[in-house]
Amino acid sequence: MNNFTYTPTNSAKEATRLRRETPAATYVAGATTLLDMMKVNLVEYPQLIDINELPLRGIEQTREGLRIGAMERMSDVGEHPVVVQQYPAVSESLLLAASAQLRNMASIGGNLLQRTRCGYFRDGAFPCNKRVPGSGCPAQQGDHHGLAILGTSTACLAQTYPGDLSVALAALDAVITLENAKGKQRRVPVTSFYLLPGQTPDRENILEPGELIVAVTIPAAPHAQRSTYLKVRERTSYAYALASAAVGLEVQGGTIRSARVALGGVGTIPWRSPEAEKILTGAPATDDTFRVAAAAALRGAQPREHNGYKVALAQNTLVRALQKVATP
Amino acid sequence: MEDNPFDKHPGGRPEDGSRRSFMKQAGGIVGLALAPPFMAQAERLTAFSKTVAGVSTMQLKVNGTVRTIQAEPRVTLLDALREHLHLTGTKKGCDHGQCGACTVHVNGRRIVSCLTLSVMNQGKDITTIEGLAPGNQLHPLQVAFIQHDAFQCGYCTSGQIMSGVACVREGHATTDHQAREWMSGNICRCGAYPNILAAVREVAGQSTKG
Repeated sequence: MNNFTYTPTNSAKEATRLRRETPAATYVAGATTLLDMMKVNLVEYPQLIDINELPLRGIEQTREGLRIGAMERMSDVGEHPVVVQQYPAVSESLLLAASAQLRNMASIGGNLLQRTRCGYFRDGAFPCNKRVPGSGCPAQQGDHHGLAILGTSTACLAQTYPGDLSVALAALDAVITLENAKGKQRRVPVTSFYLLPGQTPDRENILEPGELIVAVTIPAAPHAQRSTYLKVRERTSYAYALASAAVGLEVQGGTIRSARVALGGVGTIPWRSPEAEKILTGAPATDDTFRVAAAAALRGAQPREHNGYKVALAQNTLVRALQKVATP
Repeated sequence: MEDNPFDKHPGGRPEDGSRRSFMKQAGGIVGLALAPPFMAQAERLTAFSKTVAGVSTMQLKVNGTVRTIQAEPRVTLLDALREHLHLTGTKKGCDHGQCGACTVHVNGRRIVSCLTLSVMNQGKDITTIEGLAPGNQLHPLQVAFIQHDAFQCGYCTSGQIMSGVACVREGHATTDHQAREWMSGNICRCGAYPNILAAVREVAGQSTKG
């Protein structure tokens, strides 16, 4: 780990000013992803700007929905009674992620910015287009059994976001509030926040230099209240998803009134599926409907030699998640 | 245990009272908690917008005692505990947050000390395995680990115990299934899991009754 200077701040204005002063610096909150990567010299920063004491806390009901401050911790949000009762998919996605210790440390803002687990990205001895643009992608011909099958490119197969929370947030139409150095705020849907790799996998999201994540807002909806997050892993706990599904349904008299579907572990970014939602909406809440929807969600999949299993795995994960919320 | 700060500094908690529940559990140090009201120590110890560069003076409140070290900002809490304060009960396993061997409590919550910086933890209440129980006494979970033979090589044990104490306190050890899930951040390569589970569940049962 390179040496660096450390500056604690207590205002967004001061934090963004420090970043403007030293553009190569970075913000630090929970530090779990950052130190993990700095220890193996995957990233180097001359300065860490501590934003933990910024007034970005609070889990509160607003007109737009539930507003969660970016400095709230995963554990606190995951167990918050309103999140548990009205946004179960969000609660479950948080509590099935990482470990109890890491959930006590990691912030919501930092969670959205966690980096890929692709082994080639994580090992500096390999070329990687995400880490060193233009250097190549060994995953194309190499070991890609855990990598994505949707939204991939010839330059990258990695899950830019390997986690769980953003999958649930993408399904439930959550919006991220950002603040730049001028104090100006903008709102971006989670579904527009991450960038597909294309030929520039080093560009991962729409954040401008120095811009801060200040909050996430999730609209209230019947399908949010009747939602779930199902995660399938190589071991029962404390692992990244091979495939996951965040789903929400509003069912009246056996008919689906509204549906929300997003997949994790199989897309390069959290994978909202309008195809599946279209089939579900207005259809009877039956296993047949769920199977057709799951097939539609994976229709665009481009599996490689070692990850063909993910097509069936993701379909079955999605069907099971839908079955769970269809039966109250 | 000869490095127990409570023995060296009886009544010598220079600042701040504590609302930490571990204090309640550790009966012998309850008296020490009767101190001036809590203040935001972080503001006192680390001024906002003041940059820390190079080897600097840091104050860490470990097991109830404020200790001063000289360290660079890049020193993790784990390395500060082991290399600077010689509290080697906290173990370095993977050093990447994947094994749980370095689990300690900060402000009463379990965290992995390898993925946080010492400089970020000034003014917080840090508890390590050395401070779990006063003097030569054992915490009930330490007793249960011995009774249930919950370790083989012992390397993961202090992390397991620190995590287990928090797990019970959080109310996440009410069933075997729940305890397994909420203890999954602590890896035991000897495979003592059934016995670790038995120890944690036994103490969870006691605390439910109590």
